[in-house]
Amino acid sequence: MAFGPYLLLALMEGLVKAAVLALTAVGLSLVFGVMRVVNVAHGAFFMLGAVLAYTVAQYIPGPAALGWLAALVIAPMIVAAIAAAADTLVLKRLNYDPEATIVATIGLLYILEQAALSFFGPDARPVEAPFTLRLQLPWFGFSGYKLFVILAAIAILLAVWWFMTRTRAGLVMRATQVDRQTARAFGIDVDRVYAGVFALGAALAAIAAVLLVPISQSHYLMGGDPLLLSFIVVIIGGLGSLRGTVVAALIIGISDGVISMFYSPTLAKIIATAAVAMVLVFRPQGLFGARA
Amino acid sequence: MLKVEGVSGGYGGALVLRDLSFQALPGEVTCIMGRNGVGKTTLLRAIMGQVRVTKGAIALDRRDLSSLPAHQVPLQGVGYVPQGRRLFGPLTVAENLEIGLMTRAKGQATLDRVLQLFPRLQERMDQTASTLSGGEQQMLAIARALCLEPKVLLLDEPTEGLQPSMIAAIREVVVGLKASGVAIVLVEQRVEAVLGMADRVAFMDHGHVAETVPRDGLTAVSSQFKHYVGV
Repeated sequence: MAFGPYLLLALMEGLVKAAVLALTAVGLSLVFGVMRVVNVAHGAFFMLGAVLAYTVAQYIPGPAALGWLAALVIAPMIVAAIAAAADTLVLKRLNYDPEATIVATIGLLYILEQAALSFFGPDARPVEAPFTLRLQLPWFGFSGYKLFVILAAIAILLAVWWFMTRTRAGLVMRATQVDRQTARAFGIDVDRVYAGVFALGAALAAIAAVLLVPISQSHYLMGGDPLLLSFIVVIIGGLGSLRGTVVAALIIGISDGVISMFYSPTLAKIIATAAVAMVLVFRPQGLFGARA
Repeated sequence: MLKVEGVSGGYGGALVLRDLSFQALPGEVTCIMGRNGVGKTTLLRAIMGQVRVTKGAIALDRRDLSSLPAHQVPLQGVGYVPQGRRLFGPLTVAENLEIGLMTRAKGQATLDRVLQLFPRLQERMDQTASTLSGGEQQMLAIARALCLEPKVLLLDEPTEGLQPSMIAAIREVVVGLKASGVAIVLVEQRVEAVLGMADRVAFMDHGHVAETVPRDGLTAVSSQFKHYVGV
């Protein structure tokens, strides 16, 4: 294949990565922005979404699309419920202390991974795509489902933006993000907000995973890469900035796709990690974050 | 009536309030004065449920506030304008007011009344709070608290750092609220502001109210100001 079409293919693959990454990272960014919690278990929520997607799809008879659709609804709901329970039972009791919650979410990560290993097993398992459609371009064919992943991610991100900026619940979350003490002085139940935000963040990671599993596989250790890349994206975009997170996800996702295709995935991760180091040195607040 | 009776409390192991008692009556302005660090702000925060109370009781119209979680205190009718305003800076003026209105069923009617008191905010509804001038920010902080339709309004140094015209505007609002029957607790350091607004002055010393004096018993050269405030 000539360089041009090869680059186009790499860009399209990169966009798919960026779409999934943006969804995952927005969840992480939301949790950090509102709660000031560095959620190391975020990758485990992603993994749980994928594993549950496989499990749900197995139990739903009929066409693959039905099983996948059920997984898209049920898996994020279960993951959100687990996250809300973890918030209430663990993080709240630690008074959301930044250092203590890092240790607690590391513990949660291991608990969820080991639980997935115990109940799901060590093997990687595929989930059938809801539809098979191949877009035939003049130079190569491209999966219609991958295109759907990009469009679905855009729609969900727009819904998150609308929720945060146009609804009362979003306003409450933004006010809590600015000053939780003052939010309480206006009748906002900050504990409930935190449980909701933690659940929403985890649900977004789970949705990203359900979108991804038909083109990847579910596995109990699959949360590591999304966690690392999400942290990279959130730091580059600016901690707590949703706009920055989406822009950084595009940069990292597309560059990861292109570099992985032309060189190697390992080099892509090295460059992304180096980019984080540069941002931390020269612009610690990230591309769109507020200066402390 | 807001009644604080024998309250002790503070931060962690540090006791800031010691057996403190005072009351704020409807339609009156009770000023709290005292040197820096005597616990004036801590007292307001204790009323709001933001500071741990280890002893005593805080009640509004006989309803105990000290046992409530902090977010339920404003729902009982306590409005709070904290020191330094503590606006939701990145949010617009309209959004800041909406936060204040969330506990009210008749939101629009309340908002209209509040904006009549602060017409300048009406022109700035879509502006982010952090870009307002200092005086406008203080107006917004008071307006946001008034959106709760409070029975008691706690004001922590509302005139701090403001120009005289703005101080006069705030004084006018306070006098109007007093006339409408709101009990106002005002922490203030400036003697002229206190003499212009207060009905009673509670002087704090070492974490408790050492003396309460009616406004009529005070002049700018009263010994209490020198003794308790150092001016």
